[in-house]
Amino acid sequence: MKIGSPKEVLAGEARVAMTPDSAVQLRKLGYECLVQAGAGAAAGFTDDAYRAAGVEVVETADALWEASDIVAKVRPPETSEAERLKPGKTLISFFYPAQSKDLLDLCKAKGANVIAMDMVPRISRAQKMDALSSMANIAGYRAVIEAGNNFGRFFTGQITAAGKVPPAKVLVVGAGVAGLAAIGTATSLGAVTYAFDVRPEVAEQIESMGAQFVYLDFKDQQQDGAATGGYAAPSSPEFREAQLKKFRELAPEMDIVITTALIPGRDAPVLWTKDMVEAMKPGSVIIDLAAERGGNCELTVADQKIVAPNGVTIVGYTDFPSRMAAQSSTLYATNVRHMMTDLTPGKDGAVVHNMEDDVIRGATVAFQGEITWPPPPPKVQAIAAQKPAAKAKELTPEEKRAKEAAAFREQTRFQIMLLGIGTVLMLLVGAVAPASFMSHFIVFALACFVGFQVIWNVSHALHTPLMAVTNAISGIILLGALLQIGSSGKLVAFLAAISILIASINIVGGFLVTRRMLAMFQKS
Amino acid sequence: MSAGIVSAAYISAAILFILSLGGLSNQESAKRAVWYGIAGMALAVVATVFGPGAGKLWLVILMFAVAAVIGWQVAIRVQMTEMPQLVAALHSFVGLAAVLIGFNAHLELIAVQRLDVFARQALTGFAGVLAHKTGVEIAILKVEVFLGVFIGAVTFTGSVVAFGKLAGKVDGKAKKLPGGHMLNAGAAALSLLLLILYVNGAGIWALLLMTLLAFFIGYHLIMGIGGADMPVVVSMLNSYSGWAAAAIGFTLGNDLLIVTGALVGSSGAILSYIMCKAMNRSFVSVILGGFGNTTGPAQEIEGEQIAIDADGVATALNDADSVIIVPGYGMAVAQAQQSVSELTRKLRAAGKEVRFAIHPVAGRLPGHMNVLLAEAKVPYDIVLEMDEINEDFPSTDVVIVIGSNDIVNPAAQEDPNSPIAGMPVLEVWKAKQVFVSKRGQGTGYSGIENPLFYKENTRMFYGDAKASIDKLLPMIG
Repeated sequence: MKIGSPKEVLAGEARVAMTPDSAVQLRKLGYECLVQAGAGAAAGFTDDAYRAAGVEVVETADALWEASDIVAKVRPPETSEAERLKPGKTLISFFYPAQSKDLLDLCKAKGANVIAMDMVPRISRAQKMDALSSMANIAGYRAVIEAGNNFGRFFTGQITAAGKVPPAKVLVVGAGVAGLAAIGTATSLGAVTYAFDVRPEVAEQIESMGAQFVYLDFKDQQQDGAATGGYAAPSSPEFREAQLKKFRELAPEMDIVITTALIPGRDAPVLWTKDMVEAMKPGSVIIDLAAERGGNCELTVADQKIVAPNGVTIVGYTDFPSRMAAQSSTLYATNVRHMMTDLTPGKDGAVVHNMEDDVIRGATVAFQGEITWPPPPPKVQAIAAQKPAAKAKELTPEEKRAKEAAAFREQTRFQIMLLGIGTVLMLLVGAVAPASFMSHFIVFALACFVGFQVIWNVSHALHTPLMAVTNAISGIILLGALLQIGSSGKLVAFLAAISILIASINIVGGFLVTRRMLAMFQKS
Repeated sequence: MSAGIVSAAYISAAILFILSLGGLSNQESAKRAVWYGIAGMALAVVATVFGPGAGKLWLVILMFAVAAVIGWQVAIRVQMTEMPQLVAALHSFVGLAAVLIGFNAHLELIAVQRLDVFARQALTGFAGVLAHKTGVEIAILKVEVFLGVFIGAVTFTGSVVAFGKLAGKVDGKAKKLPGGHMLNAGAAALSLLLLILYVNGAGIWALLLMTLLAFFIGYHLIMGIGGADMPVVVSMLNSYSGWAAAAIGFTLGNDLLIVTGALVGSSGAILSYIMCKAMNRSFVSVILGGFGNTTGPAQEIEGEQIAIDADGVATALNDADSVIIVPGYGMAVAQAQQSVSELTRKLRAAGKEVRFAIHPVAGRLPGHMNVLLAEAKVPYDIVLEMDEINEDFPSTDVVIVIGSNDIVNPAAQEDPNSPIAGMPVLEVWKAKQVFVSKRGQGTGYSGIENPLFYKENTRMFYGDAKASIDKLLPMIG
C-alpha cells in the first residue's frame, strides 16, 4: 500500500508528518512512501533528501491524495482536504474530534477511516505513539527559550566582578509533559524553579526534575489523577480560591511564569488573573501554553505577544512545536511510524485495522462510514490507582518501651525453654551412657556452641572461603585413619591408607584454594 | 610423644581452628586466619603421627605426598566459576573417608573381640582403646559407627550428585523417582531397623546394607533439588561432612575430631539457615524440593519487554552519576566477570560511583559472586550486601542486572499470590533506569514471570552477558 504526506495547508505550519528517516522505516514495513514536493522544506527536509530515502516526490497535493491509500499529516484536515477522502482511504493526523464535529461528519460521509493522533490512549504500550506528549515536550522546552528571549536578565545567578546577579525565579503551573519539560529546561539553565499542579502525586516527578513543589494547604480536595486517565479534572470553587490565593502570594516574586494547565475537552481554566499580572515586576514574562484554548492568563491574546501596561510581557503563541519544525517533525513522524507498525502486524505493507486493540480502537474516530468516537474506556487502566498509603502508627515512648519489654520477655522465655529441653535431654543421655561417653559429649556440645557463636560473625562476602576452609579442616577426619593404619589387619590398613589419601587431598586442596581466594580480595 | 603432649597439641589445634573461622569476619583478618587453620592442621597431624597408636610411617608419608600433589594441582587449576563443583567434590571425599573409617572401626572391633584376655592387654593404639571397653561402651560404639557411616554415605553420594549437577554433567533440574520422598523415608526407616539389629549383634551385613541404603538416600535427596536451591544443598552437605567427622570422633574417642566436626557442622547449618532465610523458605521445603503451592492466580503483568542495543546502554551509562551492578548466576555461566570488572574500572575512571549489590543466594554457592568479583580484581569495598544497599536504589541513575532473575523480582513484594511472595529481593526497579542483560525472554529457574522486565524504566539488553558487556566497553568514557 502507499502512504503519503502532503504539504500542510494551514498558514505558518512548518511541520511535516513524514521525514526521510521515518520513510526508511516505513518502507521496511512494506509500504511505498510518497511526499508532496516542498512538504518538508519548512522543516529543513529537501525533496532530494526524500528521494535519497526512496520516497516518491509528487508534484501536486491532488496527485498525492489520489495516489495514497494512507495519508499522514499533522494538522486536522481542512474541509477541502477532507473532501478528497474516499472509502478505503485512511487518514492519520491530529483531529480533536470533540471540537470538530462537522469535520468528523464529513469524514464519515466520505466513508474514510480516520485515526486521530490526539486520541491515542495514555497507556504504557502506546507511549511510543503519543504525539501529544512529544509535541508538549517541545512546547515546554520552547516556552522557556521564548521566555529567555523576552527576559532581560540571566537565568542563573552569578557573582561577577561587575556585581552580583540574582537567579531568575520561574513558576511552572501544571506539571504535565509540557510543564515537566519546561521545569527541566529552566533548572538546567540555572533558574530557581517552582511548580504547581492540582494532582498531588506529581510532586515527586516535579522534585525529580529539580523544581520545588508549591504545596497548597488544602485538605479535602486531593485529586487522584488515576481516575481521569492521568489528566487533571476541574476543581471545586474552594480549591480554586486557595490556589489563586497562593498564586497571588507568589506573583510579586516571580520573574517568569509558564502556564500549561489544560483540562481535556474544556476551555483552559483562568489561573493567572489580571491583578496577579499587575503585581508582577516590570520586565517579567508570562508564557501561556494554553493560549489556544483561551489561555490560563486573563490577559493572553492567542497567537500574539503583548506587553501589559506595567511592562510584563505575555506571550500567547500557539505554534511552539511548529517553531521547532525540524525537531517536532522528527518526533511526530516517529509517532506516526510507530502507529503504522501497530497497524501492520505482518510487516507486509497491508493495514490490519484491528478494532479489538485498545490503542487502535481508542485512536480511531471514524471507521468504514461509522463514527467511532468517543471510544469505550480502554481495558487497561492508564495509571494504577493510587493505593492509600498505610501509615505506620507512631508509637508513644511508653508503648515502645512496653513492646520492647514484651519482646525481651518473649526471648527470655524462649531461651529458658530451650535450655530446659536441652538439660532434660542431657540428663536422659547421662542416665544411660557411661562416663567415658559423657566426657566426649561435653566437648561436642561446647564445640557446637562455640561454632554457632563464631560463624555468625563471618562476613557474607566470605561465605565461599568459609566453605572452603571448613572443607579443609573437615579433612581432620584424617586423624581417624592415622590411628587405624597401624593395625595388623591388612584390610584395615588398606582402607585406612585410602582414607588418608582422600582426606589429605581435602586438606591440601581446601587450604590452598582458600588462600588463593582470600589473596584476591583487594581494597580499592 | 606421650599421650599428654598429644592432648596438648590437640587443644592448641582446636583453638587455632576456632581462631581460623573467627578470623573470617573481615577480608583483612581472613588472610591471617587461613594460616591459623594450616598451623592447627599441621600440629594435629604431626602429633598424631608421632603419638601413641600410629604406625606404618612410610605408608602415611607416601599417601600424603600423593595427595598433596593432587590437591595442589586441583587448587591452582580450578577456575573461580567452578568453585561450587570443587567444594561439592571435596565434601564427597570427607563422606567417603568417614564411611571407610567407620568400616575399619567395625573390623578392628571384630578382630579385638576374637582375641583372648591376655592378647588384649598387649594391644596398643586404637585396638587398645577398643580392648578396654565394657559392654555398654561397645553398644554405644556400635551406634557411633553406624551413625558415622550413615552420615558419611549420605554425604558421599549427595556430594557426587551435587558435583555432577554443578559441573553440568548431570541435568540440573529436580528429578525424583516415582514414590518421591516416601522412598527416602522408607530407606531411613529400614536403616533404623538395621541399627537395632546391628547393636544387638548382627554382623557386617547390616552395616553394608545400611551403607547401600544411605548411598541411595544421598543420591535421591540431591537429585530432587536443583537450580537456585543449590547453595542450600552445598552448605547442607558441608554441614553433613562435619557431623560425619564428629560421629567418627566419638567412635575413636578423639576429642579433636569431635570439636572440629562440630565446628564444621554448625558452620554448614548456619549457612543453610542464612540461605533459606534469604529465599524466605523453610529448610524443609527446600529439601523436599520445588516451590510451595501458590494460593491464587498470579497478578497479570501489563506492558511489554522493550529491547535496547549497546549504544543505548552506553549512552545511559555515560550520562549516569551512580551505577549499581547486580550480578547473578548468568554472569558466572558466561564467564563475564573480567568484562564486568573492566566496565567498572572505566566507569570509575570517568568519576562515576559504581557499586555492586549481592543477594545472599546469587550464584550456586554462598558468597559465590564475591569470589568471582574478587578474582576479577573488583575492590571488595564497593561490593555490598543486600541490606547495605537496598535503600540506595531510589537515588541511583542506572542499574545493570547481569544474569539474575528471581532475586530482583518485584512480584516478591507486590503480588501476595506469587510463589516467592515475601522473599527479600533487591529493589532495583526503584532506580531511574534498569538494564537487564539476559540471554533471551525465558523465565528464571523458578519459572516465575518477572514483572521487572515489563516495567517502564526497564530495558532488556539481550545476548550473552560477556559479549554484551564487551560490546559496551569501547563506547564508555
